[in-house]
Amino acid sequence: MLRKFYASSLALMVVTGLAAQPALAETPDQVLASIRGEAEKATPGFQGFSAARGEKFFKATHGNELSCTSCHTENPAAQGKHAKTGKAVQPLAPSASAERFSDPAKVEKWFKRNCNDVLGRVCTAQEKGDVLAYLLTIQK
Amino acid sequence: MLNYQNFPHVLAVAVLAMGVAMSAAQADENRGGKYGGEDRGKPLQPAQANARWQEECSGCHIAYAPGLLPAESWRRAMDGLGKHFGTDASLTAGENKEITDFLVNNASNRWRAPTAPLRITESGWFKRKHDSREVPPDVWKNPLVKSPANCQACHTQAERGDFSERNIKLPK
Ligand code: HEC
Ligand code: HEC
Ligand code: HEC
Repeated sequence: MLRKFYASSLALMVVTGLAAQPALAETPDQVLASIRGEAEKATPGFQGFSAARGEKFFKATHGNELSCTSCHTENPAAQGKHAKTGKAVQPLAPSASAERFSDPAKVEKWFKRNCNDVLGRVCTAQEKGDVLAYLLTIQK
Repeated sequence: MLNYQNFPHVLAVAVLAMGVAMSAAQADENRGGKYGGEDRGKPLQPAQANARWQEECSGCHIAYAPGLLPAESWRRAMDGLGKHFGTDASLTAGENKEITDFLVNNASNRWRAPTAPLRITESGWFKRKHDSREVPPDVWKNPLVKSPANCQACHTQAERGDFSERNIKLPK
C-alpha cells in the first residue's frame, strides 16, 4: 500500500519535473559536446577546441567592420548593444546569463546569422567550438 | 420565358446597383486619401500576439506591431530575411510561415494605396505624424534616438504596441 503510494507519487514528480523543463533544454556542456561531434566528423585531424583561439576569433574582424564584439562587447559577461539598432543584448557568457547555450536550435540560428554578418559565411564546427570553449572560461 | 416588359426594370436595378457600387468606391477613395492611402491599422491587442513573432522579431529591435504596415509589406519583408536591412535574420521555413501568417492576418486594414514599403518609417502616416511640427528636427540627431526605427527612444511603451500620446517622452 505504502509502496504503491510511493511509486505513484514518484511517477507524478517525474512527470511534473519534465513538464517544468523548457522544450529540449540542454546545458552549455551538452551543446559543446554536440559541436565536438560535428567537428570530429568535419575536421580532418581534429585536435580539440581551444579557448585561446576562440578568444582571438571573437575579438578579431574578418573582412568587414564587424566583429563579435561589435554587439557582444569585449567582455562577454557584460550586457551588449546591437551595433545597428542600439538594442540591449543580454550577456553571451553562460556564467552571466543562464539561458545562453541551453537551446541548441537557438544557438545554431544565431551562429548562422552572426557568422554571416561578420565573416560573410557560416562558421565551421571548429570555430563554433572554440568560441564556446572561450565563453565557458569567462567568469562573471 | 423572357418577359420584355420587365426589361426596363432590370435595367433600372442594374444602373442603381452600379451607382451604389460607384459611390461606395468614391467614399473609399476619399477615406483612402488619408496619408495618401498609407494609413496604419488598429493597435494589436496583447491577447492576439503570436508568441513566435514576439520571440523571433524582438532580438534586434522591438517587435514592430503588424498593423503598422500593409500585408504586402510583411510578405516582402518575410521573403527577404536572409538579407534584412544589411543583416541575416533568417528563420526556418516553418517559423517563417507561422510568423508571415500572423503578420498578414493582422496587417493594416486602412491601407488603400498600392504601395508596400519595407520600412514603417517610410510610410505616409509615419512621415505625417513625425514631421517637423510634431518632432523638432534636432531630436532625430540625439544619439539616444540613433534611428527613426528606434521607436522606444520616444514611445516608452512601444514594445507593447502602445504609441499613445501620453506615453511619449522625447529624449533630452
Ligand atoms: C550585429 C550584432 C551582432 C554581432 C556582430 C554578433 N552577434 Fe551574436 N547575437 C546578436 C543578437 C542580437 C543575439 C540574440 C539576442 C538575444 O538572444 O538576446 C545574438 C546571439 C548570439 C548567440 C546565441 C546564444 C544563445 O544561446 O542565446 C550566439 C552563439 C552568438 N550570438 C554568437 C556570436 C558570434 C560567434 C559572433 C561573431 C562571429 C556574433 N555573435 C556577432 C547580435 C550580434
Ligand atoms: C538579426 C537582427 C534582426 C532580426 C532578428 C530582425 N530584424 Fe528587423 N531589422 C534589423 C535591422 C538591423 C533593421 C534596420 C534598423 C534601422 O534602420 O535602424 C531592421 C528593420 C526592420 C524594419 C523596418 C523598420 C523601419 O521602419 O525603419 C521592419 C519592418 C523589420 N525590421 C521587421 C522585422 C521582422 C518582422 C522580424 C521578425 C521576422 C525582424 N525584423 C527581425 C534587424 C533584425
Ligand atoms: C524621435 C522621437 C520618436 C521616434 C523615434 C518615433 N516616434 Fe512616433 N511619435 C513621436 C511624437 C512626438 C509623436 C506625436 C505626434 C502627435 O502628437 O500626433 C508620435 C506619434 C506617433 C503615432 C501616432 C500616435 C497617435 O495617437 O496619433 C504613432 C502610431 C507612432 N508615433 C509610431 C511610431 C513608430 C512605430 C515608431 C518607430 C518605427 C516611432 N513612432 C518612432 C515621436 C517619435
